[in-house]
Amino acid sequence: MKKIEAVIRPTKLEELKTALNELEVRGMTVYNVMGRGLQKDVKQYYRGQEVSVDLFPKVKIEIVCPDDAVERIVQRIQEVCRTGNIGDGKIFIYPVENIIRIRTQERGEKAL
Amino acid sequence: MKVKTSILMAVILAAIMLLSVTMPVLAADELSVDTGDTAFIIICSAMVLIMTPGLAFFYGGMVRKKNVLSIMMQCIAVMALVSVQWVLLGYTLSFGPDVGGVIGNLHFLGLSGVSILPSPDYASTIPHYVFVAFQLMFAIITAALISGAFAERMRFSAFILFVLAWTTLVYDPVAHWVWGGGWLGQLGALDFAGGTVVHISSGVSGLVVAIFIGKRLGKDRETIVPHNLPFTVLGAALLWFGWFGFNAGSSLAADGIAGLAFLVTNTCAAAGAISWVMAEWLHHGKPTVFGAVSGAVAGLVAITPAAGFVSPLSAVVMGIIVGPICYLFVSRVKERLGYDDSLDAFGIHGVGGTVGALATGIFASTAVNPAGADGLLFGGLHLFVVQLVAVAGTYVYAALATLLILKVISLIVPLRVSNEEEEVGLDTSLHGEDAYGYDDIGANDRLVGIQS
Repeated sequence: MKKIEAVIRPTKLEELKTALNELEVRGMTVYNVMGRGLQKDVKQYYRGQEVSVDLFPKVKIEIVCPDDAVERIVQRIQEVCRTGNIGDGKIFIYPVENIIRIRTQERGEKAL
Repeated sequence: MKVKTSILMAVILAAIMLLSVTMPVLAADELSVDTGDTAFIIICSAMVLIMTPGLAFFYGGMVRKKNVLSIMMQCIAVMALVSVQWVLLGYTLSFGPDVGGVIGNLHFLGLSGVSILPSPDYASTIPHYVFVAFQLMFAIITAALISGAFAERMRFSAFILFVLAWTTLVYDPVAHWVWGGGWLGQLGALDFAGGTVVHISSGVSGLVVAIFIGKRLGKDRETIVPHNLPFTVLGAALLWFGWFGFNAGSSLAADGIAGLAFLVTNTCAAAGAISWVMAEWLHHGKPTVFGAVSGAVAGLVAITPAAGFVSPLSAVVMGIIVGPICYLFVSRVKERLGYDDSLDAFGIHGVGGTVGALATGIFASTAVNPAGADGLLFGGLHLFVVQLVAVAGTYVYAALATLLILKVISLIVPLRVSNEEEEVGLDTSLHGEDAYGYDDIGANDRLVGIQS
């Protein structure tokens, strides 16, 4: 099993959820996050006082899936979230040791 | 019949004529209340009051979210404290019979001698009580304005002492100088609704407190940004609305001058918003909402001393002048000089008030209001000189008296909160409350009901 963490543009979240539904990927955890990659700082001015914005709002989405589903999901995320401009985000993939559903005590892929 | 009727008519006519001859004599003996004027000034008083909670939102939006309640509490506290002080002592110091041109005596202590009848000295067509109430609202907003200068770091107990001392020792005398028969009024200074009394006195005093109390922690490391600009817009809207009561009401009658003041107030606010936004648009490439409302308030400040004395065209020019000057002050001059006037109490009220007071000496015209005077533009040099004296006198007195007050209070209680209290935020450390408790994990009651 793998955990896929994708940091994406907030504007892409709804579209991505719909696209993942088509792959029958339903379970996910979503966070509002701040982050930065290659983007340049943005300058803001409050009564003429300069503020440099160097962290940008992103959404982080976490999905845990069987090993054989990883590539499909990653492909779909890229299709939906890629605009070609700096700031599209990143995808991280981690191994998952185990999963436990608290309600039924099921373990492993059954708990997905 | 016809003859009888005409005789009767003649008698009635004669009686009416006789009455109308004697009526004014009666009216002069016992000043009579004009219902129109009275209704107008009562409404204007309520409008000026709403400016202070409006200011709470205007300022509240500009501070960080950990301090929004503390600045709002300061505004509410001023409403409570000054309202009581005014009845007990403040009114008589401002408007009691003159002592040496500098202060009123204690004739009206506790409002003794004030009644539902008009005062022969002030606003002779409205009840004296209404005059007292109207003037009170000015005392409130003035003291509240100062709090913008030392936002996010003053101890609340020190603030209470400061407000009581400041309103008694600075506001009350300065109001007397201009409106209560004091030396500036005698000199011929024109201050229609409080350019010097309200805006210069509060702005300059705010600057002194900001320097005396020191910068906010972290001010040198980072620019501190507003946490809720829509609050600031809401506050500006309430200020703009209330300002109609402030300026038009300062005619103290529902008359032509009130109408003039109403119009030029709106005009100058609008021109101020335009000129500030144009300045920053050219400077940094974006027109900001914060700039638009700041410019509007700067315009309102500038027109305040001039409202009953200048034409609408002059108000346009004043608004165009004041926006860029205040913008330059808050964006550049403040930075250069290095003081931390948190919310620009001096940058907008002190500077805008100064522009307004001097502009009154330029643009005032007796063609607009015969009871005023002619400014530079209309051939009058005297008025401009008097306005300069009024500005200088207010600067010097407000600064020195504020410094003295701060020295004394700092012997009783520290002016600043501790560093730890400041870092945590004044809302929790001083008031034990969070403005936005639902941000906290586990405190999100709103979502409990929709869990599956």
